[in-house]
Amino acid sequence: MIVSRRWLEALLGRSLVAREVAERLTMTCAAVEAVVPVHQDLGDVLVGQVLETKPHPNADRLTLCLVDAGGVGGPLEVVCGAPNVQAGRKYPFAPVGATLPGGVKLERRKIRGVESNGMLLSARELGLGPDHAGILELDTPAAPGTRFLDAVPVADDQLVLDVPANRPDLLCHKGVAREVAAVLGGTVKLPEIPGGKAVGRSGGPSDRPAVRQSDRGVVDGVEIRLEDPEGCPRYIAAVIRGVRVGKSPEWLAARLAAVGQRAINNVVDATNYVLFELNQPLHAFDLARLRGPAVVIRRAKSNEPITTLDGVARKLTAEMTAICDAERPTIVAGVMGSAESEVSEKTTDLVLECAYFQPTRIRRTRRALGLTSESSYRFERGIDLLGMPDAMRRAIDLIVAVAGGELREAPLDLWPKPEQSRSVFLRPARVSHLLGVEVPRGDIERVLSAIGFVAAPKDERLAVQVPGWRPDVTREADLIEEVARLRGYDVLPDDLRPYRPGTVPDAPALRARSRVRDQLVRAGMLEARTLPLGAPDGPDAVEIRNPLSAEHAHLRARLLPGLVRRVEYNWAGTVRDLRLFEVGTVFKRGKGAPEEWTSVAGVLTGAQRPLHWSAKVPDMDLWDLKYHFELAVQVASPGALVQPLPTGVGWQAVVGEQRVGWAGPLEADAPRWAGALFGFEVRLSEVAPARPAYRPLPATPSVVRDVALVLPGGVTAAAVGEALRRAGGTLLESLEVFDEYRGPKLKGGERGVAWRLTFRDPARTLREAEVDQVIMTALKALEEELDVRRRES
Amino acid sequence: MSDLLAALNALRERLTEVPQADERRLRELKTEILGRKAGALTHILAAVPSLEPKDRKAVGGVANALKRDFETAFAARERELKRASVAAGDLDLTMPGRAGWQGGLHLVTQVVDEICEIFRELGFTRAVGPEAESERNNFYALNFPHDHPALDAQDSFYVGDGVVLRTHTSPVQIRTLEAYPPPIRVVIPGQVYRRDPFDPSHSPVFEQIEGLVVDEGVTFVDLKAALTAFARRFFTSDTTVRFRPSYFPFTEPSAEMDVRCQICKGSGCPTCKQSGWMEILGSGMVHPAVLDNCGVDSERYTGYAFGMGPERIAMNRYGVSDIRLFWEDDVRFLSQFARPHR
Ligand SMILES: [Zn+2]
Repeated sequence: MIVSRRWLEALLGRSLVAREVAERLTMTCAAVEAVVPVHQDLGDVLVGQVLETKPHPNADRLTLCLVDAGGVGGPLEVVCGAPNVQAGRKYPFAPVGATLPGGVKLERRKIRGVESNGMLLSARELGLGPDHAGILELDTPAAPGTRFLDAVPVADDQLVLDVPANRPDLLCHKGVAREVAAVLGGTVKLPEIPGGKAVGRSGGPSDRPAVRQSDRGVVDGVEIRLEDPEGCPRYIAAVIRGVRVGKSPEWLAARLAAVGQRAINNVVDATNYVLFELNQPLHAFDLARLRGPAVVIRRAKSNEPITTLDGVARKLTAEMTAICDAERPTIVAGVMGSAESEVSEKTTDLVLECAYFQPTRIRRTRRALGLTSESSYRFERGIDLLGMPDAMRRAIDLIVAVAGGELREAPLDLWPKPEQSRSVFLRPARVSHLLGVEVPRGDIERVLSAIGFVAAPKDERLAVQVPGWRPDVTREADLIEEVARLRGYDVLPDDLRPYRPGTVPDAPALRARSRVRDQLVRAGMLEARTLPLGAPDGPDAVEIRNPLSAEHAHLRARLLPGLVRRVEYNWAGTVRDLRLFEVGTVFKRGKGAPEEWTSVAGVLTGAQRPLHWSAKVPDMDLWDLKYHFELAVQVASPGALVQPLPTGVGWQAVVGEQRVGWAGPLEADAPRWAGALFGFEVRLSEVAPARPAYRPLPATPSVVRDVALVLPGGVTAAAVGEALRRAGGTLLESLEVFDEYRGPKLKGGERGVAWRLTFRDPARTLREAEVDQVIMTALKALEEELDVRRRES
Repeated sequence: MSDLLAALNALRERLTEVPQADERRLRELKTEILGRKAGALTHILAAVPSLEPKDRKAVGGVANALKRDFETAFAARERELKRASVAAGDLDLTMPGRAGWQGGLHLVTQVVDEICEIFRELGFTRAVGPEAESERNNFYALNFPHDHPALDAQDSFYVGDGVVLRTHTSPVQIRTLEAYPPPIRVVIPGQVYRRDPFDPSHSPVFEQIEGLVVDEGVTFVDLKAALTAFARRFFTSDTTVRFRPSYFPFTEPSAEMDVRCQICKGSGCPTCKQSGWMEILGSGMVHPAVLDNCGVDSERYTGYAFGMGPERIAMNRYGVSDIRLFWEDDVRFLSQFARPHR
């Protein structure tokens, strides 16, 4: 909502400093996002009076003017190129040294040989309009030399107010002025209409008409039928005859321009003025084009056609309210009218509509039609149901003042089920209870009455009457907010007090996420975040019903595809060494709501370590993958076993029969220079790994033996290790593979694998002979079970 | 036997050679004395088992002692030689050291963790909830009116009948209130979704941290106290904060908390749009309707709630100008924040 500082000043009858207003509104009401100065760049411009004109000696189209700009040095000689310059008239004048809009500083200069001591200005040069055909004639009593901005009050500030969805009252200047008055002082009073004849003052027909608890009536020969009181609880209509549709007066056009609205014609501008002053959308339609003449407020028929003002042919539904004449819809109620019923230059008699439309009906209608207007925006938020007669009166006064015409009959106010203003009870003690400080009852009453609430004591409570423009206030907490914000949140203390610890345990799911993140970061991996939206990555992918785009229409079921895309993105930036991981939510189709769980995935490619001058650094390979996979599985899925895939190259992690993780080489769109790409993914379990158990440190020496073995084809290191462990019994403390040999020294299919075995007895020093004996037993078992023999060196 | 003792004595003389040996000589000495096949001392030790029992003990004792002395001397000389080579003058000590890869958490994770840690100090535990959520939990139990403009700011993705991708972490308030009795004191980090296309400051998916406190006698002062304490711990201890009115359907009164712009310190700059303030979080006293909807007695219990966006906070604090950088996973971006720095 754009708020004009000058408009507020007119309503409050006092001057305001825009910055101060912005600051106070922000702190007590709603945020002012910006303060935009308007026409304040005309401060150097003066009112100048042309005393005398004569032709320029060297140019036919130029005039030499003697200008009185109030200066002590007497009149100045000024060269002017405008055809409309006349002696005796006043014009905006920029003296030498003045800064003009756009920041240009005016210098003394010769024009065709004659020195010009300033410049007479056009509307366009002042930034006041497009007119550049001549200089701007001023109709002002101000003396020459008066500051232009003092003579012609166009300087303003626009306050850009961020109006929350629950505060429709702030969508007009009167509502904002009310808040300003409450914090800065002042009384809100509607400004006099310039040239108004006060048609609507006491005794006139536009004075508050009697409410008719009826759904039909006739006003000045026009039949009004309210057939949809649910969609339109209250409808006020007036007929004004004999208007002259034309250009709005300057003051009205300027008011609308101040809030960014274009002037259209005096009737439409008058209704727009009331919209921005009182938040009452109005609609004026041409009586001559109204069949009947009748106005029928009814539910639209399914597929009923209407061409709205924006030129689009639309079909209505039975869920929408339409304003119709005797035959067909002329307005989509509360949203937009049709071109054919609109007021035009030919209009002389008009019907003025002042209605309340049911907010949710309007919201559904404008969503269904994809059509939003200033009116729908306001109806959707709820206008002041009780303030409608005042708005109607204001509109009639305005229209008659700016477009002429007369009101022959009082407006017709159809309100089948009139509502009284609501009351909400407030316990003063509850204010203190919720805010945490003592708030005197007097303060509460004063604050509430400052913004139009009426508080009356009732028992220990206050019965607070809620004004019609505050549909958001429905219960005690709402009133407490009014008290708190208008007193200012900043007056409340902010000291920490003791508190009771909560009953909710720290979420195991988040602890699990932290564990696996820390584990992988320690292994040198960088955490990534990939978008959970993308192309389907499996048959169970969850589809988004209303995606932003076709390529983001599914939820991910796995993290790896997204990470591979990020690898490709980095490759495109010619980065070769990548170790990324992600811990994130994945989804699959479930019964009703999608199933979701947390997954951990990583990708590896490029050098094993950063480049170093001391040695060539090899690329990461399958064995780096296996290491990182095992690291992840240890903490992500404690107890899971990592084993080779049944087919193909890679590993899986299994818990019982269930596969919970996968690791292997990955396909990608890789540049020539890229290394091989590997990846893994594990389902994250919330179960923490077992707490490590302390084992006493050994007090006896160990015996280390290296054993080189020849493994026939098909025999795995795991099987040999298992056999060695069995034969080693309790004395075998650990065993590690430290070498593998494949080559001509062995028969085809065979390979040599060397183990380092560490033996220890925690209770005594082992004898070499004992160890030899164990190894002999092991070798025998290996030969018998697996056909594995010792390799001769 | 005395021959052997004499030989051992002769060998002991040679201990003096060790401290003078250079690298090559040291290798030779080790082979000559302790070598597995030709070592002099090895030969003597090998002969010990065949001696008379009493001689065996005498010779064996001397031989083993000498073996230990040689081993100690060799090891000491080796260490000396290694040190000497490092101190030598032709080393260029400006050459880079040998590195391993530096891993690191995503900047958004770091900021989320840091915020949660501060709230842990203030007595909060962490809670979570699903990302696919019922409309009831996401909107209506939180007191969003049906068909109300307040829903416009929460344009949601639908993944089923009445199932949305949560537009905020606030539905976890409902889940927590329904699952645990007061006192409740939790923060709720998590990913949320809105139908906003990507631009420099918007992303359809982003992180949020919600907070909820419900107990007897919780007041607006407690809200201000906890959130001010948070801001001063997260930013600097002299950070100025301000609370101003706002609107959320699930809090009443509602408040926005701003902190003095960390970049210009209040004088106005492009980051704070010349306002001198940065919006950090929305907050308010829990709306009684929310408590009622969750079966909590709203007369007896009161509470406060708040929500903030870690991405935006990270952008402000680290000067990251485009939210999309958080999704690109450019390692040149990720590595900038990998080093532990707090
Ligand atoms: Zn700033």
